[in-house]
Parts: sequence; C-alpha cells; structure tokens
Amino acid sequence: MQDPSAGPLATQATSSFTEHLQRSRPELLPFNQSLPAGTVPPSPHATTIVALTYAGGVLMAGDRRATMGNIIASRHIEKVFPADEYSVLGIAGTAGLAIDITRLFQVELEHYEKIEGTLLSLVGKANRLGAMIRGNLPMAMQGMAVVPLFAGFDHGSGVGRLFSYDVTGGRYEEQEHHSVGSGSVFARGALKKLWKPNLSEENAVAVAVEALYDAADDDSATGGPDPVRQLWPVVYTVNRSGNRRVPERDLAAVAGAIVEARAAAGREA
Amino acid sequence: MTQQFYVSPEQLMKDRADFARKGIARGRSVVVISCADGIALIAENPSPSLHKIGEIYDKIAFAAVGKYNEFESLRQAGVRYADVRGYSYDREDVTARGLASVYAQSLGAVFTAEQKPFEVELAVAEVGFTQEQDHLYRLTFDGSIADENGFVVMGGLADQISDVVSGAWEPELTLAGAMQLALRALATNKEVDELPATAVEAAVLYRASESNRGSRRAFRRLLPEDMTRLLTEES
Repeated sequence: MQDPSAGPLATQATSSFTEHLQRSRPELLPFNQSLPAGTVPPSPHATTIVALTYAGGVLMAGDRRATMGNIIASRHIEKVFPADEYSVLGIAGTAGLAIDITRLFQVELEHYEKIEGTLLSLVGKANRLGAMIRGNLPMAMQGMAVVPLFAGFDHGSGVGRLFSYDVTGGRYEEQEHHSVGSGSVFARGALKKLWKPNLSEENAVAVAVEALYDAADDDSATGGPDPVRQLWPVVYTVNRSGNRRVPERDLAAVAGAIVEARAAAGREA
Repeated sequence: MTQQFYVSPEQLMKDRADFARKGIARGRSVVVISCADGIALIAENPSPSLHKIGEIYDKIAFAAVGKYNEFESLRQAGVRYADVRGYSYDREDVTARGLASVYAQSLGAVFTAEQKPFEVELAVAEVGFTQEQDHLYRLTFDGSIADENGFVVMGGLADQISDVVSGAWEPELTLAGAMQLALRALATNKEVDELPATAVEAAVLYRASESNRGSRRAFRRLLPEDMTRLLTEES
C-alpha cells in the first residue's frame, strides 16, 4: 500500500490496476519478463473460440481441450471468462499466459469501477485489453502468443459488439461473428452458413455449438462434445441484463441434437 | 540561530488529537449497522457523487467521516492494497482485518510523523456468512483500532446518535429495519423525526451474495428509489 501521506500521491494516482502493478510490483505482471535465450519447452495451448451477435446481445463459446504438441493436456480447460458484468472474453494461444492476462484484465476492470465509481465504456475496455496484448508482444515473439476475442454489451448504442485482436495488440471490431484459434477456419465456415441476422438467443447457442463441432471435426486441437465425461463447450451470453453462463443441461441437449442430426444425415464429410 | 521551544510529547500529541477531533466533529455522521440481511452503511450526505461509502473488495466496504481528500486517498489506497493482494494470492485471502491493520499503520504514521494528522475516522466492514462472522472495525485519526460489535457510529454528534442506535439495535433487524433506525438516529438534534431518503447516501453488503444475488461482490450502492422502498417497508 502506498503511503497515503506522500505528497505526490495525486500524481501517482491511477485508475489502472496494470499501471499500478507496473510501478509498484512489476514482477506480478504476466508479461514484462525478460526471457533467457533458448527455446520455450512445450506448454499447453488453448484453441477454438467462436463469438456471434444475436438479437439483443452477443454470445461467446469455447471448446474444452488444451493441447501440448500432439498430446491432449486437458479436457476440462475453460477458455471463455466473464470480464465484468457486461463483457466476456475468450482466449486462444499459450494457456498459462492467457489465463493470467484474463485474471489481470478482470481485476483491471473491477479496479477502475471501484476507484472511479463508474463502469468503463465498452470500447475503453476493448482498448485496455489491446494494451495488455501489446504488452505481451515480447513473449509472443518467443512463441508464446495470446490471442483473445472480446465481446460485450454497449449501453451507449444498446447492442452487443465484438472485437478481435492480433498479437501486436491491434484491435478490430467484427461484424456479425468471428472465431480465433487453430480450429477457427473450420468454425468460420460453419458460422458463415449458419448465422442469420436477428437470431434468437436459443438459436445462437445452437449455431455456436455447431460451429465448434465443425472445428473439432477437422482440427485435432479442438475438442468436440464429450458425452462420456459429460463435457460440453463453455458458452456465455451477454445482453442488457449482463452476462450469463448457459447451463450444462441446455448445452447437453443442444450438443445431443447436433450429434443426432449428423448421425441421421449419414454423410462422411 | 533561533532556539526551538520545547514542547513535551504529551502536549504535542494532545494538541494533534484535539485538532483532529475538532475537524471530525464538524462533519456529518455515518452509521454502519450489522443486520440479518447483511451490513447496512448509511451516511448523511447530500452529494450524489462525492461518496463517503465505498466498495473495497468482494465482502469488504469502507465508510468515512472527516476531510474528503484525506479519506478518499485512503479509500483508493485500500482498493489498491486489496486488489494487489487478491491478484497475487487469492480473492479469499483479502480480509477486513488485514486492511484495517494497514490503515491503522498508515494513520498512526501520519499522526506522529507528519505536519498535521488526518482529520478522518474510518469504518471497515466485512460481511460474513453468519452474523457472528461479520467484522466491523473502527479506526481513528491516531491509528487506534477497535473491533466493534453490531454497529459503528462516527462523526459529529456521534454520542447522541450512538445512544439512539444502541437503544434499538438487535441482531434480528432486517435491512429495512436497519435503514429506518439509521435515518431516525441521524435525525438527532434536527427538527424532523427522520431524514428523507435524498439526504443520505446508503449502501449494503449483502449476506451470502453468491447464492442470493449471483455475484461474489456483496456491495451494492442503494439509489434514492431503493431507499424510499426500504423506508416504507415493514421492518
């Protein structure tokens, strides 16, 4: 805790938790490390995330697989997180760093809210996330890239909005839908065919799960629905009333219906 | 070269304490009440934007009287302390006790070492799963810390207000009951029986917010309409 009697307190004051850490505890930042020479040993990677807009909000879904080379490192990993009450983010890339950046981002938003007494605007949040990804660029150059997808409800315009990023922290607003991760090319194809304007929330969940199914079908690093372990994708919706995690039993029904329909169609590809 | 007058440490500390006490007594009061539904924090404060009550962390809130700039810097420092601690360890590891002792150290250091002591009095409240697990700490300008039971009253006329609250406080009080009691107590020495909802700033730390409200964060600021509803509710 900084000494509250310190004269230059006002000049030190910042609403950003990251800036505060940078000044007082830089060793706690997930990035900002100087790496030794050499190659990075294999580490778990998180893969496909899909996001799409629907009538009154935006939805994000992620599969549950993490891979380390050709090994499945985890079947239970979660890659989609609530960032605050009105936004969610999904992560692809080096899992360890990505989860820490997510944690930092969550604290960053809550910290701003508590210090300032008001929520950051949606674009403000998206820009903060971009700055963190840019902070991670030296790590990305060593092969430890983190690529997030960010979605939230914009109270100003009353719609759900979607932002993607590149490893340099570049922020791009996406229309309709987007996907990141190694299975994203396949998910994207599915989204193009399945997405329609003004989807209901229920249909949007089905579209997202089916896009992930297609990604898992062709990408070995993406996990499909797992009825043996009762594992379904993690799906969050965000609308005017905040974010909500879609319950497991709804996802089990949606995934079950997709598997059934595909089996009934009896096609190879 | 001029010789400095000798002032005994006793006299020096007494003067500082009197100075701080005077500054605090000029201000309006704050009441923090533990009740069955959680912890109610109510401040007499006509400003809708300059807050005397704030959220520190999931289960921890802050209330203060005295000089705004001084307690605001302490509130922000508290948020930073809690967020850094929660980020580097875990959210569970942030406790009101830890925060209160950091505040006590800061206030104590300022009281003895600085030109002028802080003219503030603070309350740090942490809501527990049961009322026995609630913590209410009261911190004064010199860094003294007290673990209070049931309620805390600070600011001008604290003794009179405290008499009213202690006369009616009981653990079974509902949130509405606690609010009504606080508004009645804060009206001490005024021409009215009870303060209007617009004259106060109020917030609550809800008990078991995870199951009741779907959020780890227990703190909610109450809007004037929420207050009006609570004040008309049967306690």
